[in-house]
Amino acid sequence: MEKNTIKVGMADLNVTKAPHLLTTLGLGSCVGITLYDEVNKIAGLAHIMLPSSKEIKNNENKAKFADTGIDELIKSMVKIGANKNYLVAKIAGGAQMFNFNSNNQMLKIGERNIMATKEKLKELNIRIVSEDTGGNFGRTIVLDSADGSLYVRTIGHGEKII
Amino acid sequence: MLDVGNLNHFMIDILKELGNIGAGNAATALASMISKKVNMDVPNVRILEFKEVAEVLGGEENLIVGIYFELTEDVVGNMMFALDMDSAINLTNMLFNRERNDRQLDEMDISAISEVGNILASSYANSLSSLTGLKIFISVPSISIDMAGAILSVPAIHYGHVADHALMIETTFEENQNLVTGNIFFLPNLSSFDKILTALGVN
Repeated sequence: MEKNTIKVGMADLNVTKAPHLLTTLGLGSCVGITLYDEVNKIAGLAHIMLPSSKEIKNNENKAKFADTGIDELIKSMVKIGANKNYLVAKIAGGAQMFNFNSNNQMLKIGERNIMATKEKLKELNIRIVSEDTGGNFGRTIVLDSADGSLYVRTIGHGEKII
Repeated sequence: MLDVGNLNHFMIDILKELGNIGAGNAATALASMISKKVNMDVPNVRILEFKEVAEVLGGEENLIVGIYFELTEDVVGNMMFALDMDSAINLTNMLFNRERNDRQLDEMDISAISEVGNILASSYANSLSSLTGLKIFISVPSISIDMAGAILSVPAIHYGHVADHALMIETTFEENQNLVTGNIFFLPNLSSFDKILTALGVN
């Protein structure tokens, strides 16, 4: 069977079954949250922009936020046959692209996105098996639904599989 | 409050004109710095869904130089000067009177590009300020050399709080021999856009 690569944009999510791939390109302060059910070989990827839907009035796009994005991602995975109890997570992104000497919370959004993602996953009892987060550089990630491996590519900061 | 996804032609024309005036002043400043002619395109008003944002500037993974500014006081939002790597190298060659193109940007280059960005963004903001009578305070520049998607995620996140679309006023300009092509993005918050319209007497 031919492998397709499904692209996930900013504030977007998607799910797939083996042997297909999910990718999101150029993650900056956003966080790429990947979930994987190894038994059923089902993968999901959400590209979230903001920590919490509760702080914001305009919250219709669920994939925009860590909290609702994860809920929605799980729902979509279960719909195509995943078992919620088998899910494990890998996360990447949450960089601080620009450096300012200010206390502006907006600029620490990467860090806050990571914290909110971890909190939500903990609340749902989903284990984070690996992560590549923080720093000041962008990342492209590719999730392989055949084995759950997450490939991370950067410009000038190497590439790895986590 | 305005809905970004739902602006009428009249409002878009005004945004274009703001881009014209702001970037026109920035282009003049650039021309005098590099002592060359600088041409400017008609500004583009982009209203993009977030998933489309990162495709601006040659694709999400395209290596670019972004210089980012926060705007505060009467007009809140941000501004970004972006250029591709070739343009960045050619620009610093012009500034320092050098010729080699097959090189990396060094610290001196990066500092010079930040300063160019600073001058361009300040002239843009100053012209809008004198046009509207609104105070615009511009932050120090912060520079990042990385994937276009990662860099553009920063201004996009600002919009994420209030909307499902990002509003960008984008102006491209190029030095006469096409060696330097750059984009200036002006991304006012929606409430600031309201203020600008009121200041211009069109709201």
